[in-house]
Order: sequence, then C-alpha cells, then structure tokens
Amino acid sequence: MTTADVLMLALGAVAVGAGALVVTTRHLVRAGLYLVVSLGAVAGIFLVLTAELVAWVQLLIYVGAVVVLLLFAVMLTRAPIGAADDLDRPGWPATLVGGGTGLGLAVLLVDAYRWSTVELPEPGTAERLGTEIFGSWVLPFEVLSVLLLSALVGAIAVSVRIPGRRR
Amino acid sequence: MRPVIPYVVAALLFGLGVYGVLRRRNAVLVLMSVELMLNAVNLLLVTANAAPLATALGRPAPAPVAPEPSSAAETAAALPYTGQAFTLFVIVIAAAEVGVGLAIVLQLYRLRGTIAVDDVRLDTHTPDRGPQATVASPASPAAPGPATRGAET
Repeated sequence: MTTADVLMLALGAVAVGAGALVVTTRHLVRAGLYLVVSLGAVAGIFLVLTAELVAWVQLLIYVGAVVVLLLFAVMLTRAPIGAADDLDRPGWPATLVGGGTGLGLAVLLVDAYRWSTVELPEPGTAERLGTEIFGSWVLPFEVLSVLLLSALVGAIAVSVRIPGRRR
Repeated sequence: MRPVIPYVVAALLFGLGVYGVLRRRNAVLVLMSVELMLNAVNLLLVTANAAPLATALGRPAPAPVAPEPSSAAETAAALPYTGQAFTLFVIVIAAAEVGVGLAIVLQLYRLRGTIAVDDVRLDTHTPDRGPQATVASPASPAAPGPATRGAET
C-alpha cells in the first residue's frame, strides 16, 4: 500500500458513501449537496491518478455548473423543504438491478486486475492533453461544439413555450 | 498504485447511479443519479488511461490492442491521453444533457404541476391547457398565482 493507494481508498470511500446518500436521502436539497461531495472526491481521485486538467475541469463544470443548475431546478419546481416521503417508489427491482450492476462490474474488474500494481505515469500537463485533443480528436471536438450549440438552442426552444398561451 | 481500487469505486458508483435512476420518483433526483453514472464512467476512463490492463498485468500488450510497445515501462511512458480526452468529452456531453434535461423537467412542471416521473402518463395525452389566467395580460384581475403554477387538472 503506497500513499496513492491510501489516498484513493479514502477518496473512493468518500465518493461511494456520498453517492449512496445521494440516492437514499429524503431531503432533496441535501441530495444535491452530497452530490457535490461525491463529485469532489472523484476529482481528488483524478488528481491522484495524475489527470490534473481533468480534475480541475471536473470541479469547474460539475461542481460549479451542473450542481448549481440542479439546485436551481430544485428551487424552481417548489421542492418540499425538509424530509419528504414521496421521493422514492417502492423498489426491490431497483435494489436488484442496481446492486447487480455495481457488484457484477466490480467482480469483473477485480477478476481482471487482481491485486496488480502499476507505476503511476508522470504528472500530466495540459499541454500534452491539448496536443492529444487537437491532434487526434479534432473532429469529435468540433462535433461537440455543435452539440453544445444545439443543446443551448434546444433548451431555450423548450423553455420559451409557455403552455396555455394563445398564439 | 493498485488500479483495482479506482476501478471498484467506479463500478460501485455506477451501480448506485442505476439504483437511483430506478428508485427515485423525483425527476431532478433521477438527473442527479444520471450524473453519478456519468461520473463513474469518467473515473473508469481516467483509470484506464493511467493503468491499462496489459500494463497492470506486467506483460506486453496483445498484438491487436497495441502492436508497438514491448515492455511495461515503455508502455507506461508512451501512454497516449486518449482516456483523458474522452473524459473531457463526456463531461461536456453531461453538461449539455443536464441543460436540456432540466429544461424539459421545468416544462413538465409547468404543464402538470408535478415532476414525479411515474405520474407522467405516456399513453394518454392530457389537453394542453396550462395555467390559463396566469400567463394572460397582467391586467387580468383573476390571475391566481405566478406563471409557474402547474395546471391542476
């Protein structure tokens, strides 16, 4: 067990624990805040795995933008304040499918990797990642910009139509 | 570094996301669970970038995967950043997805007054009446509430 292992174990425990709270808590707003903790812990794992730029992008976009957007949606839909009992549907199927998926994937990966060790690569730089993106993946990058534009236009087009208004 | 640790964390996060999507009724919480699943995939991609299977097992990669590298150290030194590049792509797609998803959720709330996903009837179409008086002219005296009030049909 090296320092990286201990760090990853701790951060992974935080991520999984906060994720479990996201899907089980009865407070709607707290679910968003636990999501911040979980995503932040995953960003910490990215840092340990020497993916620095990805970690910061994760913090900026997920924690900074996506969660704020989700919390705004919670407020705009008049979510119940405090504990709510009707957030869940009764579900053994959910436990079965979710647990089966998670544990099945875990068993698959544990079986593939066992207890092997790897040397961590040298810390990644934004320059190398940029070279990779703009060298090998220019076309997906451009397609993504079109996707973002169409998502923006689509979100506006969905929102401006107020039901009941006469046209 | 033991690559099995982040891999197992990613698998468990994905399972939690699946559980949340199936279990939750509130559409915003379903979107949060989808974010968990997307994040698990991100973690998987970054880990696979740092520790591919061939390197982890200490043997050269099989021919169809990577023909060139001969030793594990060489593989680790010459790792391309494909996984990290795809992680960035996934993050961008997640941002676009959550934007459009929340627009749809808000519109659903305006239409029906609820965002419980199992109250959405897909087989019957309720007439699109909406909050009639609320979006009429502000001079209308009978406006009962703000425009976001759902239609109590």
